[in-house]
Amino acid sequence: MSEQNWEPKIIAFFCNWCTYTAADLAGVSKLSYAPNVKIIRVMCSGRVDPQFVLYAFANGADGVLIGGCHPGDCHYSEGNYKTLRRISLLKKMLTQFGIEDDRMRLEWISGAEGEKVKTVINEMTENIRKLGPLNIPEKFITWDRELEKRNRGSEYKLRV
Amino acid sequence: MSSKPKVAFYWCASCGGCEEAVVDLAEDILEVVKLVDIVFWPVAMDFKKRDVEALPDKSINIAFINGAIRTSEQEEIAYLLREKSQLIIAFGSCACFGGIPALANLYSKFEVLNDVYIESPTVDNAAKFLPQTTSIDNNGKQIELPEFYSQVRALDEIISVDYYLPGCAPTPKLIANTINMLLGDNLPTAGSTLLPDIALCEECPRKDSKPTDLSITEYKRICENLVDPEKCLLAQGFLCMGPITRSGCEALCIKGNMPCTGCLGPTSRVVDFGAKAVSMFASLSSGKNEEEIEKNYAQVMDPVGTFYRYHLSKSLLRGKLERGI
Repeated sequence: MSEQNWEPKIIAFFCNWCTYTAADLAGVSKLSYAPNVKIIRVMCSGRVDPQFVLYAFANGADGVLIGGCHPGDCHYSEGNYKTLRRISLLKKMLTQFGIEDDRMRLEWISGAEGEKVKTVINEMTENIRKLGPLNIPEKFITWDRELEKRNRGSEYKLRV
Repeated sequence: MSSKPKVAFYWCASCGGCEEAVVDLAEDILEVVKLVDIVFWPVAMDFKKRDVEALPDKSINIAFINGAIRTSEQEEIAYLLREKSQLIIAFGSCACFGGIPALANLYSKFEVLNDVYIESPTVDNAAKFLPQTTSIDNNGKQIELPEFYSQVRALDEIISVDYYLPGCAPTPKLIANTINMLLGDNLPTAGSTLLPDIALCEECPRKDSKPTDLSITEYKRICENLVDPEKCLLAQGFLCMGPITRSGCEALCIKGNMPCTGCLGPTSRVVDFGAKAVSMFASLSSGKNEEEIEKNYAQVMDPVGTFYRYHLSKSLLRGKLERGI
């Protein structure tokens, strides 16, 4: 995809009890927001393993959004605190990898906040549009080009 | 020619510790030598590449390759040994996951060369020469050096690997077990790691002092704090990788009063070691607001270096993303 018609790709993990319900509400209320987000429903924001976030980035996401219940409101009482602790440590690590802070966002959105879903998604899409594409799969291909000279075919197996 | 199984050893980007570990078998190595024919072992014996090239394909029974792949020379030998060997063993953490050398994936090739050949305080290189792949020697003859790649790669990113024996370095006991297993009739499933698939905590001598519920308020650095030699290191707030690392080493580092750094690699359920480490340390700590959480992690100075100490090549992101060539 060329730079001009590039659109930010955002993967969103929304918790079943609050943020996903809020996204539902946004839909029923006919609110319109940026179409750049692909929502994945998880039972709790605490289910979002940092591995999921890295996997999303490594496979072409430009941003990852995680939505959970407000502190104190978690359906499983502690899940969102765990998410908060995971995400702060993960952000610290992602900086070292060269992934900007704005590419990962954690938001508390209750089931009644359909409007907030709209605002957050629109804001994040704009922030990422400013940062530009992350395009990690493309980078991996560039990195591995140096191996092509000696690549002896699939029998010897290269990283796919 | 004898009919004993043929074995080869080779080292790529590594410190030499893995070779040392083989020598550490001490007298037991004589037993091994009785059972096998060593056909290639540049560190210890005088064989040349052409000797290996002269062998028929698949005539080496087992090749142990340690070290990661950083140069075209290492890549070439890996291909050669794959051609000539029936079984390839990724020996040691560098061959399995990139190891310590893979931490260089946080820097560009130029940054690495510049630091080693120009900036380093012990180097006298006023003309700022950097290694070249081709150059002309004093007799006007063109000489070649292997290419230094932009990445450190694990062995299985270049050739297919039959078994993995991680460890920095694998202990003599693990090596002896592996050799016996490979010489026996019951070979494990191809592609498996020759270690138990349970966490190190299972064989940790301090297991009983690990509380069921941990809520660490501040992670500490081992260099700045006194360590209680009896109590679980996690319970003391040190970054111990035990819960996500394989067992098999008999908790050597813990017996030496040092936290586990994860050299045996993750258990089979883990995809990305560092991300799992983030998940674990975050779950084991306390703090319900950003300020408290910030304080918990204040002493975690180098998350990538700590969590991916041996695994950066095999991480999902593979290294720093913007680092030029």
